[in-house]
Amino acid sequence: MSKIIMAVDDSASMRQMVSFTLKQAGYQVVEAADGRDALSKLDGSGVHMMLTDLNMPNMDGIELIRQTRANPSCKFIPIVMLTTESQAERKQEGKAAGATGWIVKPFKPEQLLAVVRKVLG
Amino acid sequence: MIESQREAYRAEAYDLLAELETSLLALEEDPGDMELIGRVFRALHTIKGSGAMFGFDDIAAFTHDVETVFDLVRNEKQGVTKTLVDLTLRAGDWIRGMLDESDGGAMDSRGSEITSALRELIPKPDSPARQVAQTPLPAIDDEQVEKTYRIFLRPDREIFSRGANPVLLLYELRELGECSVIAHTEAIPAVEDIDPEQCHISWDVILTTRRGIDAIKDIFIFIEDECELTIEVIAEPGPEDDDAPPRRIGEILIERGLVSQEDLRVALGAQRRVGELLVDKGLVEPSRVESALAEQEHIRAVRSRHQKEEQTSSVRVPAERLDALVNLVGEMVTVQARLSQTVASMDHAGLLSISEEVERLTAELRENTMSIRMLPIGTTFSKFKRLVRDLSGELGKDVLLVTDGGETELDKTVIERLNDPLVHLIRNCIDHGLELPGVREAAGKPGQGTVHLAAMHSGAYVLIRVTDDGAGLDADAIRSKAVEKGLMAADTELSEKELFLLIFAPGFSTARQVTSVSGRGVGMDVVKRSIDALRGSIDVSSQKGMGTTITLKLPLTLAIIDGLLVEVGDGRYVLPLSIVEECVELTREDVAGAHGRHITHVRGEIVPYILLRQSFAITGNAPEVQQIVITESPGGKVGFVVDKVIGEHQTVIKNMGRVYRNVDVISGATILGDGTVALIMDVPKLVQGVEARESLAH
Repeated sequence: MSKIIMAVDDSASMRQMVSFTLKQAGYQVVEAADGRDALSKLDGSGVHMMLTDLNMPNMDGIELIRQTRANPSCKFIPIVMLTTESQAERKQEGKAAGATGWIVKPFKPEQLLAVVRKVLG
Repeated sequence: MIESQREAYRAEAYDLLAELETSLLALEEDPGDMELIGRVFRALHTIKGSGAMFGFDDIAAFTHDVETVFDLVRNEKQGVTKTLVDLTLRAGDWIRGMLDESDGGAMDSRGSEITSALRELIPKPDSPARQVAQTPLPAIDDEQVEKTYRIFLRPDREIFSRGANPVLLLYELRELGECSVIAHTEAIPAVEDIDPEQCHISWDVILTTRRGIDAIKDIFIFIEDECELTIEVIAEPGPEDDDAPPRRIGEILIERGLVSQEDLRVALGAQRRVGELLVDKGLVEPSRVESALAEQEHIRAVRSRHQKEEQTSSVRVPAERLDALVNLVGEMVTVQARLSQTVASMDHAGLLSISEEVERLTAELRENTMSIRMLPIGTTFSKFKRLVRDLSGELGKDVLLVTDGGETELDKTVIERLNDPLVHLIRNCIDHGLELPGVREAAGKPGQGTVHLAAMHSGAYVLIRVTDDGAGLDADAIRSKAVEKGLMAADTELSEKELFLLIFAPGFSTARQVTSVSGRGVGMDVVKRSIDALRGSIDVSSQKGMGTTITLKLPLTLAIIDGLLVEVGDGRYVLPLSIVEECVELTREDVAGAHGRHITHVRGEIVPYILLRQSFAITGNAPEVQQIVITESPGGKVGFVVDKVIGEHQTVIKNMGRVYRNVDVISGATILGDGTVALIMDVPKLVQGVEARESLAH
């Protein structure tokens, strides 16, 4: 059975690119437009991994990570942040909230897949 | 990048620009609204981030500066001023302009004006704008020298709560190169105290890789702050290093700071293994010693691999030793069969498991030994190149030898004994088969004749084909010659195939003149006998004017085969397992329903069968339900009706002796576990025999 990955980003083109890349590699993708949307789609979706942007309206990535980790079924899933900010500060904030890793935008499809394989096995 | 995705980005960017404009205008009214500032920032951020990904590098680079300013605003390090809003609005227009031009124009003076004005707003001049263009993929530094690293990894207890899985990291390490992993489990608490959501294990990894230390560090990038990680080089390449004595356990432990020099000295005083001793004294954990031992072992393995690479990879062994080994393995297989049988009747679980182990090992040993004897036939093929060259010169013919399947492996003995027959066949092709260049050209064929030598696998057999594009066999000439030599009666009707096979009869030669290479009528006769001795068969097909193909079918190996042991009456028989397809039941009703014809239906397919009781003239009554062993042969499926299928049997083939030379349906015999003899059936001969009888009967 293919693994399910949730892609959270307020940019539709970004979601499209991530989703396209992941589906090509055989993953199933659940898309969400922001943190709140993501949380509402999380329950019962059985996602194996989450990719999230940090800067989003309604609920940002950091808060999403925090709340996702609080959900018992998502306590141990890998969460990767998509960020253009390679600044240590923002990354640390995300890690403190429970993120597994990060990808610095812009990235190439193969870089995305490499990170997904790294954390998802 | 796919055009539709660029389009999607463009559409989205226009929306974002519109939002940017509204937010900016609202912000001018209410400069302190953090929500609005956030919206502006996100819009810029997305334009930049996605822009770079979809190939709009110029937009990304330009937007970066605007974003930088708003990042300051967001962090309240910079106020919202009219100039800022003004500049940002102009920047938005500029971005729209770049989007309109299909690929985004180069930044002209107007763009750089905005940029420099924005940069002035940044209080302390930042380092020159960061390059936003794609960060290149980490180059794969594969041409580095091979080094051995010792990596110690102790993840944070809470590592799992970040979704990290240390095991995946170990897998990644394995991909870098040869890797020994030792887990330290002493920190795991007793089962009643354990918190399964925490990680209590640490690892020592000894890794030999050509990828540099950066490649190793990259693996741990996501957890480097949440774990204790040390990476040290413990071995670098160099011939002198490979020759150095392997480091002792004590040295490794000291190097790792696990024991002191003093402890070691004391330990060495006693005449025991250092590792054990240090553990006994409680100076070091057992798993640490285990890890040090693993390191020693790893280095040793790497070195021996280096040495192996330097030396040639083969050993020359006298052939007799190999033959002796094969004989011994044969005996061993027989004894093992006896052991299995004896144990099976004893009802002793312990002994049974030992016997099964012996069985497994014997099978493995047999396979290995057989594979040692396997050689590619290509070496023999290359010898023929010379033969063909010399012969064609001598006979004034132009001949090209083409070989195929030289990598096909055959038992060494088979290859050796195949040499002479093949020489005869090729000589025959060139001498009798291929015409002189002038004759060939007159017949519309290229002046150069071709001899094609091919080998291929076919089940438990290897097929060797010798094909020429010469004159082909003349069936009439063969017939008159055979009659003349008294090999057949003048009025016998023979099929073309049977006629062709007469060329292998003793004393037959169709060449009008005896040449120095062939034509004495001994060659082909010898070929037939050699192939028979190898338990092989010969097939000839030919078309007049087009050429001749002679196919030799040879068993892969001479000594031991996998067989299916069956029972008919009191006798046991072996069918080569390689040709057995399946076993089905044959009941009395089936026989009655077939109205005396010996055929059965297997999943809609009609399969003829041979009653072995009948063929072997075995008296007594067949059981109520008999078994049909379905075999696959080139002529189609044929079933053999037996009383009982006993099972797989490793069959050591013994020759039957001269007395039984004329029994052609039995190809050999084998000794079973209980000391009795089972006969090995020659399935193709058996089928031929029955076909011949049937055709006589009708």
